Amino acid sequence: MSAETGSTDFHASSSKALLDPSLRANFRRAMDGLMAKRAAQFPDPVEWDALRTLAASIRARTLAKLPALLEALEARCTANGIRVHWAETVDDANEIVLGILRARGAARLVKGKSMVSEEMHLNDFLEKNGVESLESDLGEYIIQLDGETPSHIIMPAIHKSRQQIARLFGEKIRGAEYTEDVDALTATARRVLRRKFFEAEAGVSGVNIAVAETGTLVLVENEGNGRMSTHVPPVHIALMGIEKVVEKLEDVAPILTVLTRSATGQPVSTYLNLISGPRGPGEKDGPGEVHLVILDNGRSRIFADQEVAATLRCIRCGACMNYCPVYTRVGGHAYEAVYPGPIGSILTPQTEGLAKRHDLPHASSLCHACVEVCPVKIPITQILVTLRKESAHASPEFLVKGAGGGRDRLEDLAWWGWRMAHVSPLLYKAMSLGLRVFGPLLKGGAGPLKAWTQARTMPRRAPRTLHDLASEKGLPDA
Amino acid sequence: MPDARERILGRLRAVKPHAFTPSDFSIVETKTWSPAARLERLRTAMAAVRTEFLDAAAHDWPETVRAFLVAQGARNVAYGPATEAGRLLAAACTRAGAPALVPYDRPIEDLKATLFDDVDAGFTAVRCAIADTGTLVLWPSPEEPRLLSLVPPLHVALLSAATIRDTLLSVLRDEGWAKGLPPNVVLVSGPSKTADIEQTLAYGVHGPKRLVVVLV
Ligand code: SF4
Repeated sequence: MSAETGSTDFHASSSKALLDPSLRANFRRAMDGLMAKRAAQFPDPVEWDALRTLAASIRARTLAKLPALLEALEARCTANGIRVHWAETVDDANEIVLGILRARGAARLVKGKSMVSEEMHLNDFLEKNGVESLESDLGEYIIQLDGETPSHIIMPAIHKSRQQIARLFGEKIRGAEYTEDVDALTATARRVLRRKFFEAEAGVSGVNIAVAETGTLVLVENEGNGRMSTHVPPVHIALMGIEKVVEKLEDVAPILTVLTRSATGQPVSTYLNLISGPRGPGEKDGPGEVHLVILDNGRSRIFADQEVAATLRCIRCGACMNYCPVYTRVGGHAYEAVYPGPIGSILTPQTEGLAKRHDLPHASSLCHACVEVCPVKIPITQILVTLRKESAHASPEFLVKGAGGGRDRLEDLAWWGWRMAHVSPLLYKAMSLGLRVFGPLLKGGAGPLKAWTQARTMPRRAPRTLHDLASEKGLPDA
Repeated sequence: MPDARERILGRLRAVKPHAFTPSDFSIVETKTWSPAARLERLRTAMAAVRTEFLDAAAHDWPETVRAFLVAQGARNVAYGPATEAGRLLAAACTRAGAPALVPYDRPIEDLKATLFDDVDAGFTAVRCAIADTGTLVLWPSPEEPRLLSLVPPLHVALLSAATIRDTLLSVLRDEGWAKGLPPNVVLVSGPSKTADIEQTLAYGVHGPKRLVVVLV
């Protein structure tokens, strides 16, 4: 990120990533694996189409009724004994979490995986305030040990090889020997984290789906760390974005099936944890308090614009990144954002503003692979194009933050020239003539052509123009 | 000044409601199997993720469980003493050579160290199961606390084959879950696992390392 403008440069960071062969190998291997597993889960195109139509309709219905559903969720959760908090910004959300912890004197916290907490940079914030905040999902634990951020929303440590993890454990964990054996590495993490679960004074988790009808928080996971974080400590704090709600409990079933199959190619996750309240009367375990923090962080602004609001249908399955040829090559960190890949390229510019992140909508070849695999049918490429357009030339009714902030005068001028040449036959002829005479001199060496030809071969000009050939055939010039 | 809640909801309410079409659930509703096929499907799906099965007869499953626990070298087994299944298991474990039973009959605050450090296995009943995905529905209660199926390294779950249903959708509709749920319901489809290191599957990361289904 450049210090002066605060804006990021995907071009520079991706060029750097492309030069790292081990990073590329790690992503290639992982994405090939994830694509094959997902594909095996949807062998029947008719079923796939019906399922995603259903899932998309559920998410669209959520958005259609969003304010009412959030109120219903709050009412049901409150009736169930869950305390509901609302946060407009990540700073507000952090303060709410800290307030809950302070009130109970909790200084040690275990966390299940939560992308909203990544948005909040919760760990950093809590550490600064004297609270130990430990990630317990194995992937999250690995990257936290190494002081990194997730490079994938489902598989946060996917950019690391087992050798890198082995070295990291050997260096950072007391009593851990260097081993490349995955079972042994997993056992080490189990040993360390068991103690942490035992000692934790509070647990934080995300929410995969919140059910308005029953006031239920649905958590999907394989490891059991999510259950540990939500059932063992005396306080549980769940974090969700405003879009995570669904209307009815039965809506959960189709969403889950497309979620786990799209994300990791599993017909179902190992655990599905349905939390509808704190420890009940007579119960022997479970947290005495459950808090739900509902975070906006720019989402209501996305919601207001019908052209891009489909972004909020996302169920965070990660399939779009697994299939993205750009993501696979540059990896997650090159996006310099909490959410990488296609979903990040449409979400981040909307939450952080186009002035700052106008590079991201261009981090795509518009090949459409993400749209084809998205289980809730988000028109990702269409939104990318809208964002590209609005970043250069904001239309007055467009609501996304920082619209028009990516405008480039030189580019405008070039396109103006291009347009002129194509509406005036005389100019067009002059341009062809000019290219014929001076074209060979360019050799891809000048200005924007240089950038273009860095990774591509210069197109060869045909010896004769289409105009010439056509007039030879006796076709009249318009 | 309106608070965060009012401001967020206010912004959402100010938007003309988005269009939507009703949801057609038929693709999920039409998934059904015969009882025999349901059992077969459940076994295959769960075995694929390393769930073990113990076949037992309805009248002497407690004996099957006892013999299994002994064979595994389990010394301390946590269970819910006030449940029907818990009583039957306790009766079978009175004879010599049985593992010691640890009754989960007090708040976790008084049992935490034992449960985390000394218990080798946890025993629970299963409310029903889902053939579609190979999933057990656990229904924790004051008599059968949540951590029984989570903290001990071995989870032994008693499943009656007659309770196996088609899909999650059919279970939650037939049982009327939408009318209200207990504080916690957990659906379990195998032992704890992870693929966070190079996509390589490893079992037993934070939850139970083994899941054994006693099928009657
Ligand atoms: S945009 Fe679609 S494919 Fe990408 S994470 Fe969201 S739901 Fe999954």
